[in-house]
Amino acid sequence: MSPIRYSIRASDTDMSDNIISEESAESVDYSHQPSVWSRLMRNPSVIIGGLLIALIVSLVPAAPFLTPLDPTDISPRNRNKVPGFETIHKDDQGNRYTQVAHMGTDKLGRDVFARVIYGARVSLMVGLLVAVIAVSIGLFIGLIAGYFRLVDAVVMRVMDGLMAIPAILLAIALVSLSGATLFTVIMAIVIPEIPRVVRLVRSIVLAIREEPYVEAAISVGTPTPKILYRHVLPNTIAPLIVQGTFICGSAILLEAILSFLGVGVPPEIPTWGNIMAQGRDLFQIYPHSIFYPGIFLTLTVLAINMLGDGLRDAIDPRMSKEI
Amino acid sequence: MWPYLLKRILATIPVVLVVMVIVFLMLRLTPGDPAANIAGDAATSEDIAELRVKLGLEEPLPVQFAIYAKNLLKGDFGESFYYKRPVMSMVADGIEPTLSLALFTIVIACLIAVPLGTLAAFKQGSWVDRLIMAFSVIGFSVPVFVIGYVLIYFLAVKLEWFPVQGYQRIGDGVAGWAYRLILPATALSVIFIALIARMTRTSVLEVLNEDYIRTARAKGLPQSKVLLKHALRNAAVPIVTVIGIAIAILISGVVVTESVFVIPGLGLLTLDAIQGRDYPTVQALILLFSLVYIIVNLLIDVAYTLLDPRIRY
Repeated sequence: MSPIRYSIRASDTDMSDNIISEESAESVDYSHQPSVWSRLMRNPSVIIGGLLIALIVSLVPAAPFLTPLDPTDISPRNRNKVPGFETIHKDDQGNRYTQVAHMGTDKLGRDVFARVIYGARVSLMVGLLVAVIAVSIGLFIGLIAGYFRLVDAVVMRVMDGLMAIPAILLAIALVSLSGATLFTVIMAIVIPEIPRVVRLVRSIVLAIREEPYVEAAISVGTPTPKILYRHVLPNTIAPLIVQGTFICGSAILLEAILSFLGVGVPPEIPTWGNIMAQGRDLFQIYPHSIFYPGIFLTLTVLAINMLGDGLRDAIDPRMSKEI
Repeated sequence: MWPYLLKRILATIPVVLVVMVIVFLMLRLTPGDPAANIAGDAATSEDIAELRVKLGLEEPLPVQFAIYAKNLLKGDFGESFYYKRPVMSMVADGIEPTLSLALFTIVIACLIAVPLGTLAAFKQGSWVDRLIMAFSVIGFSVPVFVIGYVLIYFLAVKLEWFPVQGYQRIGDGVAGWAYRLILPATALSVIFIALIARMTRTSVLEVLNEDYIRTARAKGLPQSKVLLKHALRNAAVPIVTVIGIAIAILISGVVVTESVFVIPGLGLLTLDAIQGRDYPTVQALILLFSLVYIIVNLLIDVAYTLLDPRIRY
């Protein structure tokens, strides 16, 4: 990650783009504060959150090396075994070896450890995709709504309406109506997030369009798309990185809730929410298939939120006053 | 104040309309024929065609919407496909458990969070402050169903202090009602404690730097009086804002908590309706929850004008 030097103040100097070349503009730190990068590296919340995320993300490529088991293999003989249960197998050469179920098995005899490890893939993918899609769509709508007054009135009423519908109910209804697939789940989580991005982008655009450098750009006849791209867009990047991080966290949470309630990703795909959903009936006797995925889910969301908090404080101190 | 209030109330009308349109279109625009869904797998194509006419699905969309809106204005939210009862009577049954859970949660959260947040602000930078803020970050990240199951497992299954699940109507005894609500409300309150404590801390900190606090201290007022009379009241406006955010979390939290603790409220009703593809019920409940959200936000704006005399419109 390269140092992010965007700050609200840095853009005040955008007018001088013609004089200072792009390259030298990059290398000058306009904010008279320590650079964002060094602020990030001194923020304990960023360090801890970042390390935790790195650890969880590393499960994605590492899953096949951590467990030889397939997360979808059922084993009726080994149903509902407690964590630490050992089975004895023979390999191709006839040597005996023991296989330990570190987190026990679920009601179909599937290894919970394997399911949790592989579940990270789906959860992280959903989080990342939702963040990227919601931010992209929200940015586009927000830029247009903020810049064109006529569109604004209509778009914002629609956004207010969307925001009034509780995200979870909107998502549940969308998934149940259009059929539970990974794609519909992602879109169902994206749609309630869009208005929040639109509002953020719009508020930035409204503030920026009053800036003298935008007025100057308009007065010299710069075409609107170029103003949006050159002057407005860069100002949205820092807040959107922060917002995107939080969206990623809440998307992972929402996906888990949807799966947990039985209206999420199809049950054969191992996700943390699905593992917990399948452990609900026998929870009182075998709590492990709820607790282990629960711990991973909590740690992931916690790490992302910590990173988000830290990013917000470091990149955009003005935002840290808001929630 | 009155012209402002009137304007604010009128401004909610387009939002309510948009919500109605979204809820209405959600059923019509998603793939699949609602009539086929309602009729079930055993239905013949004649059955489905008949049902389409009966449900008004053969009319053009604007006409359908007009009928829908007219019925809503008459207070007719439709009839459940599944139970063959008016949706409103089912909602009436679910209101008490949901409201009880919500109230219990908010009371627990405020009782814990406001003192914690104020304490953190007063001891800013100390280990007490850091501990409270660390808890706030964690509380914000633990999903309510994870907390719920942890509480059930340790306090209900292992220690047997509380019942595992279930709900008792308030009419059948207040003690039993309250007793059964403690676990679910505690589970749901964690995220609110985190949210409210953080917000209280920020706003108290802001107020503490104000001149009038320094004056109050300079004239020798005791710490408690500075805190309660001057700081907390002026910090109330941002705290009210947070209630607006909280209501959104509360609605989703209620759905999940009711499912975990098997509380027969509106959340469980919504989930059952969605799983049973009971569309009129789903529509009515989503609309109702959204109306609650809109009305609470309206009330918050009104509360601003009452709480802070500096806000005048």
